[in-house]
Amino acid sequence: MSTVTDTKKKAPAGERVADWADGRLGIYTLAKANMRKIFPDHWSFMLGEICLYSFIIIILTGVYLTLFFHPSMNEVEYAGPYVPLQGQLMSEAFNSTMHISFEVRGGLLIRQIHHWAALIFLAGMFVHMMRVFFTGAFRKPREINWLFGFLLFFLGMFTGFTGYSLPDDLLSGTGVRFMQGAILSVPVVGTYLSMFLFGGEFPGGDFVARFYSAHVLLLPGIMLGLMVAHLILVFVHKHTHFEGPGRTNKNVVGMPLLPVYMAKAGGFFFLVFGVIAIIAAIASINPIWALGPYRPDQVSTGAQPDWYMGFAEGLIRVMPGWEINLWGHTLVLGVFIPLVIFPAVLGAIAVYPFIESWITGDKREHHIAQRPRNAPTRTAFGVAWITAYMIMLVGGGNDLWATHFHLSINSITWFVRIFFFAGPVIAFIVTKRICLGLQRRDKDKVLHGRESGIIKRLPHGEFVEVHEPLSQGELHRLTAHEQYAPAELPPAVDENGVERKIGRMEKLRVKLNKGYYGEDNQIAKPTVEEYKEIQSGHGHH
Amino acid sequence: MSSQEISEENLPAGQDTAHGAVKVADDPFADPGLPPHKPRIQDIDERAARRSERAVAFMFTLSMLATVGFIASYVIFPVDKIVYIWPFGRVSALNFALGLTLGAALFFIGAGAVHWARTLMSDVEVADERHPIEASPEVKAKVMADFAAGAAESGMGRRKLIRNTMFGALSLVPLSGIVLLRDMGPLPEKKLRTTLWAKGKQLINMNTHEPLRPEDVAVGSLTFAMPEGLSEHDHHFQTEIAKAALMIVRIQPEDIKDKRELEWSHDGIVAFSKICTHVGCPISLYEQQTHHVLCPCHQSTFDLSDGARVIFGPAGHALPQLRIGVNEKGFLEALGDFDEPVGPAFWERG
Repeated sequence: MSTVTDTKKKAPAGERVADWADGRLGIYTLAKANMRKIFPDHWSFMLGEICLYSFIIIILTGVYLTLFFHPSMNEVEYAGPYVPLQGQLMSEAFNSTMHISFEVRGGLLIRQIHHWAALIFLAGMFVHMMRVFFTGAFRKPREINWLFGFLLFFLGMFTGFTGYSLPDDLLSGTGVRFMQGAILSVPVVGTYLSMFLFGGEFPGGDFVARFYSAHVLLLPGIMLGLMVAHLILVFVHKHTHFEGPGRTNKNVVGMPLLPVYMAKAGGFFFLVFGVIAIIAAIASINPIWALGPYRPDQVSTGAQPDWYMGFAEGLIRVMPGWEINLWGHTLVLGVFIPLVIFPAVLGAIAVYPFIESWITGDKREHHIAQRPRNAPTRTAFGVAWITAYMIMLVGGGNDLWATHFHLSINSITWFVRIFFFAGPVIAFIVTKRICLGLQRRDKDKVLHGRESGIIKRLPHGEFVEVHEPLSQGELHRLTAHEQYAPAELPPAVDENGVERKIGRMEKLRVKLNKGYYGEDNQIAKPTVEEYKEIQSGHGHH
Repeated sequence: MSSQEISEENLPAGQDTAHGAVKVADDPFADPGLPPHKPRIQDIDERAARRSERAVAFMFTLSMLATVGFIASYVIFPVDKIVYIWPFGRVSALNFALGLTLGAALFFIGAGAVHWARTLMSDVEVADERHPIEASPEVKAKVMADFAAGAAESGMGRRKLIRNTMFGALSLVPLSGIVLLRDMGPLPEKKLRTTLWAKGKQLINMNTHEPLRPEDVAVGSLTFAMPEGLSEHDHHFQTEIAKAALMIVRIQPEDIKDKRELEWSHDGIVAFSKICTHVGCPISLYEQQTHHVLCPCHQSTFDLSDGARVIFGPAGHALPQLRIGVNEKGFLEALGDFDEPVGPAFWERG
């Protein structure tokens, strides 16, 4: 019970509101832990924010679009202001999208913001995921959050796909047909899945309404939940930071949430929104009036999905058309294999944190973001994965490559077929060499100092370059990363002379571990002894 | 993965022993701690700080003006006004004005806030302690004891009949939800095997909506046709045309390499399904000299002079051919349905 002595001096209004809320929500306890929470600063930590903000922008603009969009496939005759399509038959979905674009003031702008934000959302998630991957920020305790993020990316692709299919235009309808053809290829149940999804044969009259409920409710609902969980875990784990003077695995160095981070991050939301609005003002996206309504017997050339579907598109384009007919059944490998590879390649990156922690056997918490060069094998794997992904993006646009660069579509297809396998291998080897080279350079810098570019002539005529010693902070930064010793199999016979049983998995683990940390797979960082020896040796360059 | 005994010496030395407060004597790599704060010009010069303040306020003011501009644009520009703006070309004046003003209104809020944070708010770096995520052994022991007590009180382990029937009920109840999905669509049956084509149906030109005569089909042209009786206003038009779409070309009979193709043609006119056998795009590119057709979606290429076999790309089998002839009125007609399913392959295709 509060006392009644200070009734005259009433607390300020804001405080009274906060008191009221605290009595019901416990906000003071929450604020105590979080109001001055520290967030480290680095440009790459901004990538995740772009994803969050573009998602919010998508939800805001999406709600606006639902006010005018009719998710129906009933055929109507176009009677709107866009002359070239007047009198043409189209679905109500297409018709209402035309209405949004040509008759609702600002409707086109919101449509274009929605679509641009979706492209940026997916691109942001991809790059954010790569940042987390290459800095090892997925390690314990953040593996679950990595999976949440991966699921967001995966669901984001399908939310995007169901979204751009809604206007029922010629381009997106072609994409839906592609999806339906891919579903048909599934052994045993393919035709059933297709009939159930489309309410009968393709295209039927149901898919726009069904995609609509998935696009505006089911998928974003799940994603919103995942995103909240993702952010809660970021708060619980506290953000990673790069090593440097004063930054350890046991602290987090940066600026407090209130006021700096709130101003920067809050301001950044407006920057992202503003930039997307300007893009939507000057760059047209998905001009459905130029494409026309969907007809299953018509198509335009140069048909391309949104970029994030380009990987799947590439797989389906370059796969040889294998079909096996046996016992009255058809196994459509030419389509089904891409349909399996698509989630498998994405899944490979999703499970990677668990594979790496199994290989290292490291069960400790890690809060230091590693420099990619200091984890050469992981970095090489990541670059190999990106290479495979990018090669397939080329495959997905093989017709555009052919027309823009005057190349043969056949040779592009064969290039993609070969380099989907060879490219990652080459990228792996090259990246690893580069990482090791950078590690050597760091070592060199620590031991010999920074190249100053000043040439000195010694009394006896010799020219030497003057190296400037590094500051202690810099010396620490370049030597603070931890290095694992390679794992070893225990001796085949134990101390009592009894033969030891070593499982096959353990042998594999040790082998992989040596591939990560064995000789020639990482450069031993300079020791204090090496440093002192070199620093004391005068006239020794 | 039971044998995951990781010997301690393989792990790097304790991560933090060398860091921070205790400076190891004689270690050139020791952590010197956070570098001292370097003051910004705004921290020491009040005039610079005032300049920053004005810059921030200026940006917030610009944002306000931009919002006024947005509302003004909304009122002023008609929705159908098209203007030429270099270098964007002919654009909707309303879209352009609304987008730029909204963009500016948002952007300057952000730019002002970030400039404020960077120049005027404290930029002294602070270190916060991290705490292990996992609970202390005492907490864990308490939770385990609580759980054991709860589990014992429920009698789950002791009363197996309850437990097993409960699992049974819980695993059966979702079945209702799955059963309810049954009416999302019909069973496939033979739906994918048949099209609207049948014996005696005339070939209707897709563009003119007139029945085709053999003389309408010139060498080197690609004609699209649909079956007689189908109208674009039909309720099932989209679904029917997705299977029945036909492409017709005329090839010199001596150039037709496939025997059956020649038999099923009429005077060099051959009719093939327009729907690609890969994933169902409509094929629309025709190379007159070689009689190759190309699907623009995934570049499957078929040789129409050789039974429409696949010569390149991801399609798995040839395009189905429709057997055609001429009826007594001189119009092209189908002599039956396709003898195999059109479009993408599926499990029951055989």
